[in-house]
Amino acid sequence: MIAIIDYGAGNLSSVANAFRAIGQQALITDNYRDLDKAAGIVLPGVGAFGDSMAMLRRLNFVEALTDQVIGQGKPYLGICLGLQFLARESHEHGVHPGLGWIEGAVRRLAPADKRFRVPHIGWNNVEVDNPCPLFAGLSPEPIFYFVHSYHLVMEETESSLLTSACYHGEKVTASVRRGHIFGVQFHPEKSQREGLLLLTNFTRVVYGEERDAQKTSHTGAHTARRLGGAEHPV
Amino acid sequence: MLILRDGLVVQSIQFKHTNVIHWKAVTAVDFFDRWAVDEIVVLDVSRNLKQRQKFHTILGVLAQKCFVPLTVGGWVDSVEEVRHLLRLGADKVTLNTAAVRRPQLLTACARVFGSQCVVVSIDVKDHGDGNYEVYIDRGREPTGLLPWDWARQAREHGAGEIFLNCIDRDGFRQGYDHRLLRRVVEAVDIPVIAMGGVLTWQHLVDGIVLGGADAVAAANIFHYTEHSTKKAKDFMASSGIEVRRVQAGTDAFKDRPLPRLN
Repeated sequence: MIAIIDYGAGNLSSVANAFRAIGQQALITDNYRDLDKAAGIVLPGVGAFGDSMAMLRRLNFVEALTDQVIGQGKPYLGICLGLQFLARESHEHGVHPGLGWIEGAVRRLAPADKRFRVPHIGWNNVEVDNPCPLFAGLSPEPIFYFVHSYHLVMEETESSLLTSACYHGEKVTASVRRGHIFGVQFHPEKSQREGLLLLTNFTRVVYGEERDAQKTSHTGAHTARRLGGAEHPV
Repeated sequence: MLILRDGLVVQSIQFKHTNVIHWKAVTAVDFFDRWAVDEIVVLDVSRNLKQRQKFHTILGVLAQKCFVPLTVGGWVDSVEEVRHLLRLGADKVTLNTAAVRRPQLLTACARVFGSQCVVVSIDVKDHGDGNYEVYIDRGREPTGLLPWDWARQAREHGAGEIFLNCIDRDGFRQGYDHRLLRRVVEAVDIPVIAMGGVLTWQHLVDGIVLGGADAVAAANIFHYTEHSTKKAKDFMASSGIEVRRVQAGTDAFKDRPLPRLN
C-alpha cells in the first residue's frame, strides 16, 4: 500500500485518483502510524511551506518520516511542496526549516525575463539531466504541469541529485533524487499520460519484484478510509 | 470551462444560464481530458446554495476522471470551503464576490494553500468608451472598481492568477475584449486567463497575441464541436503559438489496464 500524507492542505484527492487510475492501492492518512504499514510514501503538494511544515510536525510526521524513509529506507515521492520539504530551509513568507535531507534552500522564482510570470503555471517540458527510474519509458523531453512560485535551489555539492530541470526565464529544479528519495516539482497526477507513467514507475520502485503479492495482501482493513476524501477528518 | 447550474451543464449568455446542454458534466470532463485540453475550469452558477451538495457530489466524481488541472469556483466564501473543494479533487479555486467584499480572504487562502491555488475571477461590464467596471454576485452588483486596479489589489492580497471575464462579451461570439485584457495583463505580474466571447479558433489566437493573455478559455464553443479542444490547439499551433501538442489522453495508456469509474 502507498500512503499519501494528509497534512490538511494538499490536493490529496487528485493524487489518490491518479493512483487509483493506475490500479494502485493508496491510503490517505493523517495518522503517522499508518506509515509503518506502507510500502511507499507520497507527500503531495499545494500549500504554503511554513504552515504545512508546522502541521507535519504537529501530526508527528517529521519523526515518522525520518524513521521510515531514512531509517528503514522506504521509497518517498514528494510532489511540489513535497519536494521542497526535502530542503534545509524555505524562504517562503519568512524562513522555515524543512526536513533537511538535501542541502539547499527553497527560493522564490526570479525569472530574468519578465515575460515569464510568477507563479509558474502551465505545461512545460523538462530536460532529463541524470538517469532516474521515474523517467523510464517516458519521452526524452516529457511535458508536465507546473504550478508554483518557489523552487529548490541546491548547494553545488548536491548538484548530482538533480534529475531534471525546466526553463522558466531561468533554470528551474524540476526533479531530484537521492537514492530512494524522489522529489518532483511538477504534478504527475495532473500531467495526463506521462504523469501517470511516472507514478507507475514510482510504484515499480516501491514494490520491486514483489509488487503483485503485495497488492493482494493489502485489502480490506483500510477500505473505509482509503480514497474516501470527503468524509475524512482533517 | 464547464458552467454548472443545479448540477447540469448550461450555456452562458451575458451571465444568463438558460440553455441546458444535454451533457453530464462527467462526460464532458472525460472528453476534454481525452482531447488533451490543458486545464478544466468548473463553475457553479446555481442561483442558491441549496444545490451545493449536488455540485460537490458531481465534482467528486468528475475529479476522478480528470488528469489535468481542475479549477473550481462559484459560491466560494471561506477557507473551509476552499479546503473542502480541494479535498473533493480541485487543484485550484476561484474566488470572486467574497474576494471583493473581503480581500483578506485571499490572504488567508494564500497563507494556507499557497498563492498558486488562489485564482481571482473578475467579471467586467463595459459601459462604453472604455469605461469598465467590476461586477460581483454573478454580474448583478456593481462595485465601482476598475478591473486593472482590482486585479492589482487582488494580487497584493495573495492571488496567484486572474481569470478575466467580460460580461458583455459572454456568449456574444465577438472574441475577447483585447483592450480590457491588455490593461489587466499590464497591471499585474501574475498569469491572466481570458474568458468570454469566443466563436472562432482565431479568437483564441487573438487573446494571446493581441490581448497578451497567458491562457485562453472558452465554454460554449467547446460543447458543440467534436474534438473541439484538439482542433483549437492545432489551429493555434499553425498560427505560430507554442501549445502543448496533443499528447494522447489517458486512453492511450494501454500498457496496463486503466480502471474507469462511472
